[in-house]
Amino acid sequence: MGSSSSSRNKIPNAQELMHQTGFSSAHLLRLHDRFESLDRDNRGYLSPDDFEVLGGLAMNPIGGRIIEAFFSSGQDTVDFSSFVRILAHFRPTDRNRNKEGTQQELPSSRTRKLKFAFQLYDLDRDGKISREELLQVLRAMLGLQVTEEQLQSIAERAIQEADLDKDDAISFDEFKKSLEKMDIDTKMSVSFLK
Amino acid sequence: MTALWTLSLLLSASLLGCLAVTSPDGSPLPHNLPPSLGTNSSDGSLSVDLPMALRVFSMDYHHVQAPFEIVLWIMLASLAKLGFHWSGRVPAVVPESCVLIMVGLLVGGVIYGVRHSAPPTLSADAFFLFLLPPIVLDAGYFLPGRLFFENLGTILWYAVLGTLWNVLGIGLSLYGVCLLAQSSLGDVSLLHCLLFGSLIAAVDPVAVLSVFQEMQVNEQLHILVFGESLLNDAVTVVLYKLFESFLRLPSVSGLDVLLGGCRVVVVGIGGLCVGLFFGLLAALTSRFTSRAQVIAPLFVFLYSYLSYLTSEMLHLSGIMAIVTCAATMKQYVEANVSERSNTSIQYFLKMWSSVSETLIFIFLGVSTIQDIHMWSWPFVTSTLLLCLIWRATGVLLLTAFVNKLRRNAVTFRDQFIIAYGGLRGAICFSLVFLIDDFPKKRLFITTTIVVILFTVFVQGMTIKPLVELLYVKRKKRALPTLSEEIHSRLIDHLVAGIEDVVGYWGQHYWKDKFEQFNKKYLRRFLIRNDRQASSSILRVYQELERREQRGVEEEAPPIVDPRSQGRPLLPEEMESIRRILSRNLQNFNNKTPAYSRHTLHQDTLVDRTRKPLYRHQSLGERYSYNTITHFQGEDGGLSEPQRVRTGLSRSHTVCSISPRSTLLDSSDSAGPAQTRSMDPKAAREDLVSPKHQETMERAARKHLSFVLENEKQQ
Repeated sequence: MGSSSSSRNKIPNAQELMHQTGFSSAHLLRLHDRFESLDRDNRGYLSPDDFEVLGGLAMNPIGGRIIEAFFSSGQDTVDFSSFVRILAHFRPTDRNRNKEGTQQELPSSRTRKLKFAFQLYDLDRDGKISREELLQVLRAMLGLQVTEEQLQSIAERAIQEADLDKDDAISFDEFKKSLEKMDIDTKMSVSFLK
Repeated sequence: MTALWTLSLLLSASLLGCLAVTSPDGSPLPHNLPPSLGTNSSDGSLSVDLPMALRVFSMDYHHVQAPFEIVLWIMLASLAKLGFHWSGRVPAVVPESCVLIMVGLLVGGVIYGVRHSAPPTLSADAFFLFLLPPIVLDAGYFLPGRLFFENLGTILWYAVLGTLWNVLGIGLSLYGVCLLAQSSLGDVSLLHCLLFGSLIAAVDPVAVLSVFQEMQVNEQLHILVFGESLLNDAVTVVLYKLFESFLRLPSVSGLDVLLGGCRVVVVGIGGLCVGLFFGLLAALTSRFTSRAQVIAPLFVFLYSYLSYLTSEMLHLSGIMAIVTCAATMKQYVEANVSERSNTSIQYFLKMWSSVSETLIFIFLGVSTIQDIHMWSWPFVTSTLLLCLIWRATGVLLLTAFVNKLRRNAVTFRDQFIIAYGGLRGAICFSLVFLIDDFPKKRLFITTTIVVILFTVFVQGMTIKPLVELLYVKRKKRALPTLSEEIHSRLIDHLVAGIEDVVGYWGQHYWKDKFEQFNKKYLRRFLIRNDRQASSSILRVYQELERREQRGVEEEAPPIVDPRSQGRPLLPEEMESIRRILSRNLQNFNNKTPAYSRHTLHQDTLVDRTRKPLYRHQSLGERYSYNTITHFQGEDGGLSEPQRVRTGLSRSHTVCSISPRSTLLDSSDSAGPAQTRSMDPKAAREDLVSPKHQETMERAARKHLSFVLENEKQQ
């Protein structure tokens, strides 16, 4: 789509996007270039098959879920601002930011990151990871290495560890609690998105 | 305790007795014998004199002298080590290396007193050829691979640039000191100073390991210091040889310096390649050891040692070779050999490295007592100071740079530990003996000994209280829960996927590329067909199960749940699965203090998040990849066209396999093919197949995912 020199004008709502996501304008530009390169038909939006050409993603066991995460609630296209908003979850958390000026939480905060990961499990969006959903993810990740019974037992155990209110499902708070020792901020960030 | 010390003294006494029996004629270095007494006795045999008749009792010490003395030394060292651990409060305060040096000093002093001549010294050959390899091999074999490679950039940064900085800094400053103290030090040239700098600047892995393991610091710090001490060998050795050859040249030109620089690279990479070669060879050999399992451990040691010797022969970095060899062969050997062989390997490694280390420190102590010393206050004190100063500034500067590029910054406290934990050890000591003789060589020797003793004693003893003072982040010892493991894995995949979307190289990229390569080619070639390793999630689960069974944890057994769709596992089935899968337990990384000299930490906490997942080595050419959406759409058939993907799962998991391109007709053939042929033990197959046929309502879905390549295999 032409050169990206007077670029910020090409990106709609650039200021607002930068504000909401925390990306710098340079990054926004790069992401826009990337968006355009993915959007082979120059339609201005992406559809699932645009993602599927990415080889690595195709071989990822949860690749399908990741792709779906970009498409919110039933739509089958994703425009640039949604694209950026999703990717903003993976910015490294800026720990030195002072707390007062931070209006609403940036997508890259720890809670938002965890929420994103949670939604990878919780496909039906009922706010809980049921045993079945956990099993599906486990099956995808472990595949043939285990028997079905072992998968059941593993899922059972995982739920037992995390499930505090004994409803046989993992709510978001329980999810957060079970990961409180993990350094999500660094683990779930792509460093060059800073 | 006192009994042990008595025993040790008895041994020393017997050692001296042997010395007294043989008359020393002053030849210092035995040819190929490990450090032992260099005495050739001419009149070795005593005998009870019986007139012309058969001797009922005779003693021929000369006959067994060499091995006898070696064994006595080793025995002394080991008893001292035992005594150290039994001696109450001492281990908490004084690191083991200090105690061993003190014992050595004691023994050396006694020997000196008895014989009035120098005690046996540690010959450089003996050190480099016999004592150093086991230690480095042990370190390489238990190297936490993932952590190491994640920090590789930083480690290389410290090792190469840091060492260069130290060498040049110390060398030049010492030259300045020599110029200032013209009267006493005037004949020490610049090249000599640089040579000295090159050997004194190197941080010693032996000393570092022995001190750091007493402290529980977090793994990142541990791997940084340890990795640096390993890798700086290449730089040190090259610089040392470089300056030494410069000393022999009539003049040094710029071209020589440039060539020297190239040599660093060649030495390092050459050592790496030699190590890789032998490592892969060892892995291949271990593939065929199933019929002669008893000698399988031998191959590990032989190949490693061979790689060390080969690279030493070619003047490459032996340490790098042996570390690479061990790290390379480890995963394949572990998969190939039996569990007992694995245990043997690990125990032998620990034992040898322990003995070596003990001997080294004792001989450091013994060799200190010599006639050979020359003292010079300005030189010695300035060397000590300069070592500390240059190391500190070096670490500060380098870290300032490297923190910009790292995810986890190296904190100030960590930097202090890195700088302060730069202990010198026996490598410097041996190198200084190898210098060509020149008037001030004895000064160099003395200074080296002083620096080593200072760093080991003072820094070694005070580092622990200082660490506690600074509250360096201690390593967490908790086993990651299963939830953590699962979610951690998910997040890994997630981030890898996002990096794909964004399109830059993340730190996962090369790792995944390597894992693919490993999976596709290396493992198929190097691992026996019937061995399989499991994912880390599975291993955590199994470990938790094992511990439960031993009553370690107090959780409810995760077996019975009436609502679960699968049949709950009966205890005896769990038991047999556990037994059968016990071989996979050997893939548990043994412990997080990976370099412990003392134990193997068999049943402790394994850092499973670090272990790369293995995959079936028998994956065929084409794979079909089932995404979750298939499961969702099982009623109405496949909701999305099945994606046929060639190649392998991107990162740490297994994709399900199907030899065919369509899934739906696989339900018929998948029934009998449910037996898991990739599993090693037949009993497990019997166990598993009836269960599969029972859960029929999930049969369809199962067939989608669990189609096995029974037909394909063999």
